Amino acid sequence: MNKVKELPGEAIVAATQSPSIGNSFLAYVQRVRGGDMGALPAVIGLVVLCAVFAAARPSFVTAINFANLFTQGAAITLIAMGLVFVLLLGEIDLSAGFASGVCAAVLAVTLTSAGLPWYVCVVAAILTGVLIGTVLGGLVAKVGIPSFVVTLAGFLAFQGLVLVLVDEGTNISIRNSVIVAIANRNLPPWLGWALYAVCVAVFAGVQLRRARSRAKRGLIADPMSLIAIRVGMLALFAGLAVFALNLERSRNPELVSLTGVPIVVPLILVLLVVWTLVLRRTGFGRHLYAVGGNAEAARRAGIPVDRIKIYAFVICSSMAAIGGIVAASRASSVDPNTGGSSVLLYAVGAAVIGGTSLFGGKGRVLDAVMGGAVVAVIENGMGLMGYGASVKYLVTGSVLLLAAGVDALARKRAAAAGLR
Amino acid sequence: MTPLLEARRIDKSFGPVKVLHQVELSAYAGEVTALVGDNGAGKSTLVKCVGGIYPIDDGEILFDGRPVQVHSPRDAGELGVEIVYQDLALCDNLDIVQNMFLGRERRRGPLLDEDSMEELAERTLSSLSVRTVKSIRQQVSSLSGGQRQTVAIAKAVLWNSKVVILDEPTAALGVAQTAQVLELVRRLADTGLAVVLISHNMNDVFAVSDRIAALYLGRTAAQVKTADVTHAQVVELITSGRSGDLGLKNGVTP
Repeated sequence: MNKVKELPGEAIVAATQSPSIGNSFLAYVQRVRGGDMGALPAVIGLVVLCAVFAAARPSFVTAINFANLFTQGAAITLIAMGLVFVLLLGEIDLSAGFASGVCAAVLAVTLTSAGLPWYVCVVAAILTGVLIGTVLGGLVAKVGIPSFVVTLAGFLAFQGLVLVLVDEGTNISIRNSVIVAIANRNLPPWLGWALYAVCVAVFAGVQLRRARSRAKRGLIADPMSLIAIRVGMLALFAGLAVFALNLERSRNPELVSLTGVPIVVPLILVLLVVWTLVLRRTGFGRHLYAVGGNAEAARRAGIPVDRIKIYAFVICSSMAAIGGIVAASRASSVDPNTGGSSVLLYAVGAAVIGGTSLFGGKGRVLDAVMGGAVVAVIENGMGLMGYGASVKYLVTGSVLLLAAGVDALARKRAAAAGLR
Repeated sequence: MTPLLEARRIDKSFGPVKVLHQVELSAYAGEVTALVGDNGAGKSTLVKCVGGIYPIDDGEILFDGRPVQVHSPRDAGELGVEIVYQDLALCDNLDIVQNMFLGRERRRGPLLDEDSMEELAERTLSSLSVRTVKSIRQQVSSLSGGQRQTVAIAKAVLWNSKVVILDEPTAALGVAQTAQVLELVRRLADTGLAVVLISHNMNDVFAVSDRIAALYLGRTAAQVKTADVTHAQVVELITSGRSGDLGLKNGVTP
């Protein structure tokens, strides 16, 4: 290892806290009070919003509306998941909305005009996202233009690009059954339960294995009781969700049955797991956090800062492409407004509401999913209440501002608590 | 005895400004060499030349008696030369283990091997008798100045390093924390490392160093054993470049 001799006596680094539920809970409370709230505001917001809408409009708690929430929020959630990577660096991507529009338009054009098979079109759309991300990231990292300006330029230019691709404003409708299925079809109920069982089993297995391997090395491991609570919570809530989604939600069940978990749910889950793994368990993820926390320290540690930045933009734009594909699928068409209007702000809002910091260095992909749920509930609930676009914009704008305010205040508080 | 690290006749200019003139520095294994000098004497520049951040204009760097080329921090790291900078270069949003392994993470397949990194970090910190942190999984943002300095030093010795250069490690610390860090510096040398300690503080220098190298206006004023000089002589070397028989013979004008 190194040449430092083991010195007798005072070798005490080990945590003074013993691992128990009580201590874990206390540590969590301390973190929250110190300003590190994670997704807590999003969870509270979600509960409050759901309670309000459920009280005001009983139709909010119907099976069909519950399923609608997932398909409505999917595209924005996917874009927000990609934005987390850019936000972690302390950068921003204002072009993600229209980048998703461009990719959706590429999908539509290759599918209809060129008549290519759907999988080729999907790959083409995602590659378009990769290309966009490479250009944006290159301009930010290599040329050194602030990301705000680069992506604002992208925001304008991509609007034009969408218009060019859809022939100055025509609406390209998508009839391919596979593409349309992504946001409009459901898994058969048995497959929903099978997926649920696999998810819970894998989660429990991963947690147990980690605790066991840490205990074997003499490191502090999570106690069994804590793992049991985590697995139990997941099993409970995911089970309720699958149960609700498997209820019959067709208005006319004899004519056409409508049950099952929407296909976008496993899509989001898989991407959530993959990107979480990338962020928490790979060298790239670690370096991304490092660059977001202290770019100079990262550079001195030999981390290729420019390359990390470019990769982050590539991931962001590729996720925007996937979001665009889902949006195109949901609407079964692509028009000049795909990825436009409020999509970008909703996506940034989703990431920030979920607890990703606009100052960089703090955030998780799960945050985007939590925040995406909040945005979807607002959008859906306001619609049910019969409010028009004006009120929706006002409310969502206020929520975004509130989330950013919470982020900034938490940061101040963390500084006061000596945590930053 | 050959010095483990030796810089010979180093010249360095930034444009028209010549910062180092024929500077010499030797650091020996198992000893603390204090590098002293007034502001602008060239201490940090010299260290950055040795560490591969600035290319040198002329002169040579010897490692264990062999001339070596140091073109980047990575070259220096490969030789076993680690520099702990004044501004620490730690990431606040990462924990102690993550910082210690930053840029050199251990991997198992495509994933990081967190457990073995945590184990090694813990062993290194215990071997340095660091006993003030609550958990090595706490974020660096929650540490005190002395603890951060300790983490930065531990990070430097984790890598089989042979020479550790510390740029004013006690500059921003309180009395108790300074004592703690100085104790750590002494312990590093006692375990066989060559330690170069840049410092302004005469008390620190006399407390831990075996040798003193004084710079004056970009020139080496003297390299002496700490035991052979007095406090006053070192101050004179720093402020005027000479002290009695010691120091620059020909007057140097600023």
